[in-house]
Amino acid sequence: MIEIHNIHKSFGGKKVLDGVSGVFETGKTNLLLGASGTGKSVLLKCIVGLVKPDLGSVTFDGTYFTNNKLDIRQEIRRKIGMLFQGSALFDSMNVEQNIDFPLKMLTDMSRSERMDRVNFCLQRVGLENANHKMPSELSGGMKKRVGIARAIAPHCTYLFCDEPNSGLDPQTSIKIDELIKEITEEYGITTIIVTHDMNSVIEIGEKIMFLYEGKKLWEGTNNEIMDTSVPELKEFIFANRLMRNAKKMEDEEREEQQEQEKQEQKQL
Amino acid sequence: MLQHFGKFLLFITSLFSRGESPRILFNRTIDEAILIGINSILIVAIVATFIGAVTCVQIAYNLNNAFIPRSTIGFMVREMTILELAPTITSIVLAGKVGSSIAGGLGTMQITEQVDALEVMGINSASYLVLPKIVASLLVFPMLVILSMFLSIAGGYVAGTLSGELTAQEYITGIRDEFIFYNIVFALIKSFVFAFLISSISSYRGYFTSGGALEVGAASTTAVTNSIIAVLIADFVLAQVLL
Repeated sequence: MIEIHNIHKSFGGKKVLDGVSGVFETGKTNLLLGASGTGKSVLLKCIVGLVKPDLGSVTFDGTYFTNNKLDIRQEIRRKIGMLFQGSALFDSMNVEQNIDFPLKMLTDMSRSERMDRVNFCLQRVGLENANHKMPSELSGGMKKRVGIARAIAPHCTYLFCDEPNSGLDPQTSIKIDELIKEITEEYGITTIIVTHDMNSVIEIGEKIMFLYEGKKLWEGTNNEIMDTSVPELKEFIFANRLMRNAKKMEDEEREEQQEQEKQEQKQL
Repeated sequence: MLQHFGKFLLFITSLFSRGESPRILFNRTIDEAILIGINSILIVAIVATFIGAVTCVQIAYNLNNAFIPRSTIGFMVREMTILELAPTITSIVLAGKVGSSIAGGLGTMQITEQVDALEVMGINSASYLVLPKIVASLLVFPMLVILSMFLSIAGGYVAGTLSGELTAQEYITGIRDEFIFYNIVFALIKSFVFAFLISSISSYRGYFTSGGALEVGAASTTAVTNSIIAVLIADFVLAQVLL
């Protein structure tokens, strides 16, 4: 479980995060939702320690992370796996070397043990036999899969994904979302996903935190989000026609159902 | 300017905090030395040979006094090559080739979040990426400067004898005349200092790149210009202090 408390961050006098607090549960896909420029990625970077918050704290399973001793922060960091927006695969290494890299750097595993783990991770993300491909030879979806494999290779406890669907077609996006959800449940890890993709929200949003202008405006699940009364969130969700039509149809269906029930009650 | 200098010093200090194991750093240094050294041999060889040849021909053109022995041409080629041309010109060439490559590589890694990926894994990205480049430069630059000295003097020999400006015997007599070993030591000290300046300034420029492809290009250009200016200033200071 990851807890954040009263996170503040400004860049050059511009407030990006304004007192964000919350809890991200273990074994669940926690979503950080919001429009572009609302501070989602900055919050994620504050949590993993890439950006130091001006104020506030982050706790990983009860261990204080922000401003703690370097060796404690290092220990926590070694339990973190992260999938970056652009995958951030090392250009000079092939797929196998990319996945092997954290194992080589962070563990005492022998080469054969590491290769077994690499092959297992590749198999888990559905990329068997891609060992010797270079990142430049991979499609966007394949790069994301390799990114996930690299993140989970050293048995991570916390998985962070920064817009895992960016630049992917809807079908591949759903596959990546499902893969992240499966991995989260299978290994019982705490996953935080930064997204503005409503498909992800509906598919895998077990716990959603909505950010608006650096503040947390709403928290809930994918079942509750469509019925929100927060105007900013409503505006965000129903920004596209597809979602508006879906909502309209759902409301009409509900009204019809209610009317039917009323008529049935009258008849009785 | 001062702010950059302070940030540069902090950056250099950060290279030595929470470093990786010596084995990993050794392997990375060897890789970088191959990249920096082997890939620069051809350009250094071409530049050094022609500079030696041109120096010889131009000195011969200016030394047409019958009272000055022709072997002086060889002597002057040797002195100019060892004291100035080999270490400084080679370093300026390397600032263009190696400096832009270091800044461009690190800048690209920065904007594509590869540096962040290392940090998230708990690896000191500056130490892992930059320290081997600096150590490799410190190892390889002096070797390239020695190669440059040899080829430059050889270039002068070929140009001088083929053009008929002096005989082979005169040239060899000249290059052996009043040889001071300290000049070689001085040239190697210069090459160490220039290696550090070029690799560290270029790494600093590349490491702190933010934005996109345009900024990576700008970082490479700034790295080269800053490195060349630093080399020229250091060249003057070292000459004043050590000669």
